[in-house]
Amino acid sequence: MIEGISIYDVLTLTTILFFIGVYGFLTRKNLISILISVEMILNASVVNFVIINKYLYPDILQGVIFSIFIIAVAAAETALAVAIIINLYRQISSVEVKDTEVMKY
Amino acid sequence: MDFSNFLLMRFEVILLAVILLLIIGEIFITQAKKDAVIHLAIFLFGIHTAVGFFNLDDGSLFGGMYRTNTLIQCFKSILNVGVLILLLQSGDWIQEKIMKHGRGTEFFVLLFSSLFGMYFMISSGDFLMFYLGLELSTLPVAGLAAYETTKRISSEAGIKLILSAAMASGTALMGISLLYATSGSIYFSDVITAISPDSLTILGFVLFFSGLAFKISLVPFHFWTADVYEGSPIAIASYLSVISKGAAVFILMILLFTVLKPLIGIWEKLLYIIAIATMFIGNLFALRQQNMKRFLAYSSIAQAGFILLGLIIGNQLGAATVIYFVLIYIFSNLAAFGVVQAISLQTGKELMSDYEGLYRTNPNLSLIMMLALFSLAGIPPVAGFFGKFFLFTAAASEGYYFLVFLAVVNVTISLYYYLLVVRAMFLRKSNNAIPYFKNKIYMRLGLLITVIGILILGIYSPLYEYIYELSINLQ
Repeated sequence: MIEGISIYDVLTLTTILFFIGVYGFLTRKNLISILISVEMILNASVVNFVIINKYLYPDILQGVIFSIFIIAVAAAETALAVAIIINLYRQISSVEVKDTEVMKY
Repeated sequence: MDFSNFLLMRFEVILLAVILLLIIGEIFITQAKKDAVIHLAIFLFGIHTAVGFFNLDDGSLFGGMYRTNTLIQCFKSILNVGVLILLLQSGDWIQEKIMKHGRGTEFFVLLFSSLFGMYFMISSGDFLMFYLGLELSTLPVAGLAAYETTKRISSEAGIKLILSAAMASGTALMGISLLYATSGSIYFSDVITAISPDSLTILGFVLFFSGLAFKISLVPFHFWTADVYEGSPIAIASYLSVISKGAAVFILMILLFTVLKPLIGIWEKLLYIIAIATMFIGNLFALRQQNMKRFLAYSSIAQAGFILLGLIIGNQLGAATVIYFVLIYIFSNLAAFGVVQAISLQTGKELMSDYEGLYRTNPNLSLIMMLALFSLAGIPPVAGFFGKFFLFTAAASEGYYFLVFLAVVNVTISLYYYLLVVRAMFLRKSNNAIPYFKNKIYMRLGLLITVIGILILGIYSPLYEYIYELSINLQ
């Protein structure tokens, strides 16, 4: 429990964070920015897990353990995505979304 | 300490041993004899597939995080057979295109790691194991999609796959966290007892479902499919469309039929709408495709829509028909992708117009392609007809007549575009038809197994009865 902060405040925060991530994923023009947006979605759920664990079910640390795994997997995901982006950059010298439109419809 | 419990994880242990052996082989096999890795990988995986058919006890491990029973074993064996055929079909491609750059072993290691993740995903007993399996099955495939590093479209396919997959898994995680909030546990056995259809649970379920729907490429989440299939190597495109989709269907079925059963009123309506949208959009977009890989991508989206017909009724009959359909779909789609791969490997041609006059020059390949397409379309003598027929009767038995009617309309549409390819191969004449070529032994073996599967599976009824008996495990 954190003094003076109810669970609703934190859940509102994570929901806002989640939808900022979704909005960024859909509107950003740069592949790296899209990656950052995805990370935001993942971090929203990490905070969600920890806070639900802390406020609602403090006896068993299931949510906290889950969040550690999410952080580890997110790191792996980012590394792979950056590797692929670098490989793409070598060929087209750009990381803009509009340059990755060879295949369409 | 007693390690005999770990024998329950026989599939995972043996596959891990295969992966490690391949890595050791990579170190000790000299560069001149690198081709041996292909034979080694196929041989080891063949042994693994054969061992998988032996009887395995039911049970669970790690306090219920991992569980196995005869049905899950059947799922894993189906996936094994699919991967084995895929390896046979892509062996020549790896030898000619990939081994030159000295990157053959990594291909197998990544592919097997992805399969390893699927095993854990299917046997998962809680959401943590499920999530880890989901990620482990997706991430290596993104690396594989970008495997032809000299090709621009391959990198594009890779980045599109990894970003959409990360987005989908993030959404699914948000859903899992909400389900955790309402049920108080991440273990499936606890969730079943605690779950009830209130608003937060439904929101969590919908977010969670969208993550899995992405893997099966159901309609609002299908945008990555065609691009990724076109850009990635054909072996990976067929892996995504067959194995990855099959595994996701299996785990979705397990979750819907057991854990999320109390929400049946919600997911019934959800699947109803998504099934209609998936069938129509998949089929209508397939009509205008010229590239064979894009064509098969949209056709696989439409097939996913048909699968939902079996899922929607949520009982033993539905489960049995879905498993049977997926098994047949694996064989038919692998046959189609195998022919596309054989032609692409020899000539580099992937357009539908390149297939004109194929029957005159390569009658065997055209016949296999025709069988595969007929099976996908569901024309009577071949297996695909029985798969679709059982699905439709299962849906009709629960009173979904309108849905079945729409599905039959879609079968008619799909018949049109499948026959476009058959017409190009058999009826059209062309001056620059693909010249005659002879496939190597692995490709021929791979295609032969798929043809036998397409011809036998439909009329060998004990198989369906066996699957039906196994499906009782889902109740």
